[in-house]
Amino acid sequence: MAGAREGTARSTAGRTAGEHGAPDVVVVGAGQGGVETVAALRARGFPGRITLVAEETALPYQRPPLSKGYLLGTVDRAGLELRPDDFFSALDIDLVRGDRAAGIDRDRGAVELDSGRELPYGRLVLATGSRPRRLPVAGADLEGVRTLRSLAGADELRGRLTDGRELDVVVVGAGFLGLELAATARTLGHRVTVVEASARVMSRVVTEAVSEHVAAEHRGQGVRVLTRREVVALHGGTGPEDPGHVRVVELDGGERLAADLVVVGIGALPNVELATAAGLLVGDGVIVDPRLRTSDPDVYAVGDCARFPSPWTGRHVRLESVQNASDQARRVAADILGETGPYTALPWFWSEQYGLRLQMAGLTAGHDEAVVAGDPDAGRFSVFCFRAGRLTGVESVNRPADHGISRRLLASGTDLTPRDVARPGFDLRAHAQQRSAPPAQQAPAAQHAERPVHA
Amino acid sequence: MAKITYKHPNGTETIVDVAAPNTVMRGAKTNNIDGIEAQCGGSAQCGTCHVYVDEANTLPLPEMHESEDEVLYGTACPRRDNSRLSCQLPVSEEIDGLVVHLPEAQS
Repeated sequence: MAGAREGTARSTAGRTAGEHGAPDVVVVGAGQGGVETVAALRARGFPGRITLVAEETALPYQRPPLSKGYLLGTVDRAGLELRPDDFFSALDIDLVRGDRAAGIDRDRGAVELDSGRELPYGRLVLATGSRPRRLPVAGADLEGVRTLRSLAGADELRGRLTDGRELDVVVVGAGFLGLELAATARTLGHRVTVVEASARVMSRVVTEAVSEHVAAEHRGQGVRVLTRREVVALHGGTGPEDPGHVRVVELDGGERLAADLVVVGIGALPNVELATAAGLLVGDGVIVDPRLRTSDPDVYAVGDCARFPSPWTGRHVRLESVQNASDQARRVAADILGETGPYTALPWFWSEQYGLRLQMAGLTAGHDEAVVAGDPDAGRFSVFCFRAGRLTGVESVNRPADHGISRRLLASGTDLTPRDVARPGFDLRAHAQQRSAPPAQQAPAAQHAERPVHA
Repeated sequence: MAKITYKHPNGTETIVDVAAPNTVMRGAKTNNIDGIEAQCGGSAQCGTCHVYVDEANTLPLPEMHESEDEVLYGTACPRRDNSRLSCQLPVSEEIDGLVVHLPEAQS
């Protein structure tokens, strides 16, 4: 954290420099990325003015449980909150709820809100997130056709899934979100069909071994999983009671699936409109440099909306994950405080379906060799992905130790080879222990610099 | 309500009152204590809320679940005998006075 203090005193040349000589910071978007940005700024001692703009009126919340625990009722509303309600005021963060950024005046350095309020900034952080892609077929606007992104949407979905009736649920798209929703709906006792256009589930993000295992789990739970099938139209009911409500999903080839509820999970689009209108460089995401600065160096972008150069792929990528949003937020907070540097965090992801814990470390797209280790029959295994002999990513099913160790190996660089992994009895834990130097011991109980703080 | 002490790697410490039902992880997040990330939100997935329970601790802590045990093998700082995931430590009066040490890094 050295350098943080002097960074705040940095000149903001012509821009709004508030009290303490620190720039006013405005963060647009109060999801994971936005909230972690403001929290990290204060945790690192940023003394200036901070405004966080939340489009929704709800207190900022976590999205991952929306498709899982929140629908199942194991996570309540308070458990979703990223921070409690007095957090923001206690840290002197102006949380503006239920308002929306309507435009950015980059010449003057100000964000204009729908309400007419104007927020001057020295540094602006765009954390505008993404929105669900809509199904491009006739009938997609019928009642009973839903996507999932927001808490309000989850509340509606929960109402439908828990009103005591057994429904025919069709999930369109077998990515993480679609499969999590399928697992949740099935767990709640509904009849569930998943329709996926590509050859296998989660084909964009995991190897065939994991795809097959997860699809088999769904089938074993009683979910019908259809691949290489496309939805061509949605049809409303014929009865007088619900003409505007979806009742049938029509697939290519003519098959018609009964549907009381259709949930669409076919990917997300980055929210770039604000950036585009402000003349920032945009292209499937707000384009940023290694420091996560947009084409205007006073404006950063983090999280789902940002397209950044990844050292893990050697090209620009856009990632939708809690890890990416959080780590980018922390990097930008440090950058604003003068601790500049590139964003290099290793990407990782997780998903939970039924009791199945799926974790991915690194980016496996483009791998040319995949080696399975562990016990697939017992539902505990990892897939090690290599490119030109180098480990690029590891997928783990119910093997959290493999996942954590893989993250460390990938981040620090490893000479693990496909042959090592293929060796009978290969154990990543043992491998990592052999290779690591003796752990650097801290002396935890030795220091007693008393500085009680009551936030 | 329990008083929890978070000791930072630089020797300073933060003492906060945390109310039930919360976890030691949530207590840190609520009070914006740097050094606990908890990216997965407390589902024992990510290992970024790793703490070392003070070696002199005698307060009763819950038994370690298998998944916590597994995740602890992959934390950014080395696992020790007193390693725990703070998201798996519920706060109650029984642990009033708990002292945990934050590792140098979480990810």
